[in-house]
Amino acid sequence: MDRRDFLRRLCLLIASTGMTGGMSAAAWARIIHKDYDASRHYYGMGIDVDKCIGCGRCMQACKTENAVPAPPFYFRTWVERYVIKTDRSVTVSTISTEGVQPTDGIVEKDMVRSFFVPKLCNQCAHPPCVQVCPVGATFTSDDGVVLVDTKRCIGCRYCIQACPYGVRYLHPVTRVADKCNFCYHRLVRGLLPACVEVCPTQARLFGDLKSVASPLGRFVRMNKVHVLKPYLNTDPKVYYANLDGEVN
Amino acid sequence: MKFLQKLPEQALRILVVFVILATGMLLVRQFVIPADMKDMTLIQTATMEREADKEAKYAGAAVCVQCHEKQQEIKRGGYHRDLSCESCHDAAQKHADSPTEVKPVSPRKRDYCVYCHSYNASRPTGFPQINPDTHNPRKPCITCHNPHNPKPTQPPRSCAACHAQIERTKAASYHAQLACTVCHTTPEKHKTEPRTVTPTKPDKREFCGKCHSEGKGAKGVPTVDMATHGEKYVCWQCHYPHMLGGI
Ligand code: HEC
Ligand code: HEC
Ligand code: HEC
Ligand code: HEC
Ligand code: HEC
Ligand code: HEC
Ligand code: HEC
Ligand code: HEC
Repeated sequence: MDRRDFLRRLCLLIASTGMTGGMSAAAWARIIHKDYDASRHYYGMGIDVDKCIGCGRCMQACKTENAVPAPPFYFRTWVERYVIKTDRSVTVSTISTEGVQPTDGIVEKDMVRSFFVPKLCNQCAHPPCVQVCPVGATFTSDDGVVLVDTKRCIGCRYCIQACPYGVRYLHPVTRVADKCNFCYHRLVRGLLPACVEVCPTQARLFGDLKSVASPLGRFVRMNKVHVLKPYLNTDPKVYYANLDGEVN
Repeated sequence: MKFLQKLPEQALRILVVFVILATGMLLVRQFVIPADMKDMTLIQTATMEREADKEAKYAGAAVCVQCHEKQQEIKRGGYHRDLSCESCHDAAQKHADSPTEVKPVSPRKRDYCVYCHSYNASRPTGFPQINPDTHNPRKPCITCHNPHNPKPTQPPRSCAACHAQIERTKAASYHAQLACTVCHTTPEKHKTEPRTVTPTKPDKREFCGKCHSEGKGAKGVPTVDMATHGEKYVCWQCHYPHMLGGI
């Protein structure tokens, strides 16, 4: 290689890296995913606590769809059973993927209120997990979904500590952080997240806040909605209707 | 240059080494490390792409209907209309892709229906619940209920079918002997179309006064002075009607 040749190749290299690097994320995504344009969507979920029957189908479907490890302490979404008793004590337990277990010794007479609360990643607009990540492996995409870059994540667990809702866990096989991403691979195909797909009572609703008509639009209009831990200013995009004050 | 000359030679040498190293590193970063390892936008797009490329295992209800119109037609008008096919048949994208090779599971055993229908006090009132130990035990549910339209052969006999928690609390209260229908006039249709036809609820103090006003009460029924007791409030503002003696 003579000097001229070397210089020409150098120029080519610079030019080509400049071209690919300068493309916007949206433009890149359009090429790869046909007509999916992240910037035209903004997703959220609605949960009506009064409709949840605690059947655990969502938990099971999530595990199937996202290959979440089976043991009952790895969840991307789970359902908590709350029992507020006459002595004002509150018991909270995560139900099993086989639905709520019928016997737990608490009798109706001692219950003041009881209900189920589905939980999942809140896809916060101001996510603490993104702030603390030392390598920038977790980020919010244009459609509002907080994603984890499994190749970049170093498994340091800062984000797991930082999440006020406890939605992240360390995947025992890949050893990187994992959490709900609204079934991102389903969204780009125009499908519902698996948990919403199988919910028998429409306790879970999904929608696009940028769309003119979506089930979520009606949900936030017709209900008095609430988010979890609003005082943290994380600005969650999972909205709860009929949420009890005991839930946190 | 004077400054450089003043420096001891060792320091100068080390400085040169550092400068060479630094330039080397910059060059490596600029030309050798591929762009998609440096540019955050590219990295994030690659992640989005990786996530998006994952395989979907649930096909979604719209897909099943294309080939299974009959089941959809049966299900549409029944109690299970809001259930997605894959709530019961499990993830079936593979089946939708090659219908004859891959068969989805069908939950023919009792234990699956029970995930949703076994009695639990935390379930919302109105949701049909049974006790699997006493509700026609051992027979598979689908011998009597079509899973795609699970209309019971006869309307539920008791209100407990869908209001079991209320039934149970009431059974432990002073009003245990009163039938639900004493206080709720219930059209028969409520048991088959519960949300379209709803029972009445007491709306006046005088309703409870029928049994509890002074002078009117039957033997053994405690009475109160309707004019003063509880002031202007309806009785059930203080006495939870299904759990008297509790709170
Ligand atoms: C491309 C057409 C097609 C689609 C889409 C499709 N199926 Fe099927 N399905 C079939 C055919 C054909 C059979 C009958 C296969 C046979 O009997 O050999 C069948 C059989 C079944 C059976 C009975 C299996 C058995 O054990 O006999 C179930 C249950 C079923 N499908 C559920 C579903 C569900 C749920 C979906 C949606 C995810 C779905 N199917 C989508 C074509 C389809
Ligand atoms: C409540 C759970 C449930 C839901 C929801 C459900 N199925 Fe089924 N399905 C069953 C069960 C159980 C059987 C087995 C029936 C039998 O063996 O008699 C079955 C059988 C079938 C069969 C085999 C042929 C037949 O009719 O027996 C097909 C095809 C089928 N389902 C398709 C569907 C489709 C399509 C949907 C959605 C529109 C759907 N199912 C929704 C529980 C369900
Ligand atoms: C994923 C949850 C789910 C599963 C699994 C399920 N069901 Fe249901 N079932 C429902 C819902 C939701 C309703 C409607 C309740 C309502 O209208 O409020 C319902 C209604 C019913 C009713 C009507 C009761 C009435 O008189 O109002 C019967 C009977 C029934 N299911 C039987 C079955 C049988 C049998 C199976 C098993 C093949 C089954 N269900 C599986 C969710 C489920
Ligand atoms: C021998 C037939 C038979 C079998 C088996 C059977 N049921 Fe029923 N089921 C009925 C009849 C009849 C009714 C309505 C009358 C009543 O209230 O008992 C009914 C009512 C129901 C109701 C409405 C609530 C109620 O109590 O009336 C639900 C929910 C239900 N069944 C679910 C199931 C489930 C789940 C299974 C399986 C675990 C099952 N059934 C097995 C005959 C049957
Ligand atoms: C097939 C299931 C089913 C049966 C059987 C049933 N209900 Fe209901 N009931 C419901 C549902 C569903 C609702 C609506 C709950 C809601 O909207 O939160 C309801 C609501 C009610 C309400 C409240 C109405 C209102 O305006 O708020 C009363 C009172 C009631 N039922 C009484 C009864 C009585 C009394 C019986 C027995 C004679 C009975 N129900 C039998 C399902 C049932
Ligand atoms: C002594 C009269 C009385 C009897 C007996 C009674 N109720 Fe009620 N019920 C009421 C009153 C009063 C309300 C209205 C409560 C309110 O609005 O705070 C009510 C409300 C309800 C509601 C609306 C939801 C709720 O929890 O407030 C349902 C459902 C209901 N009753 C079902 C039943 C059933 C089922 C039975 C039988 C097991 C029954 N009731 C027996 C007086 C009665
Ligand atoms: C059909 C008649 C009847 C009606 C209507 C009725 N009750 Fe009663 N109630 C009784 C009887 C009988 C008892 C006593 C039961 C016992 O002591 O075993 C009773 C007991 C009570 C008690 C318990 C008193 C104690 O000793 O602590 C209260 C409180 C009460 N009723 C409130 C109400 C309210 C509120 C309503 C209206 C929603 C109502 N009742 C409607 C018949 C009725
Ligand atoms: C402001 C709350 C309030 C309202 C409203 C109210 N009660 Fe009471 N009620 C009470 C309290 C508190 C007691 C217990 C009083 C006591 O032990 O001396 C009581 C006791 C009773 C008793 C038992 C009396 C006895 O001798 O054991 C009956 C019966 C009763 N109420 C019926 C009614 C009826 C009927 C109404 C509607 C007309 C009503 N209450 C409205 C608060 C209320």
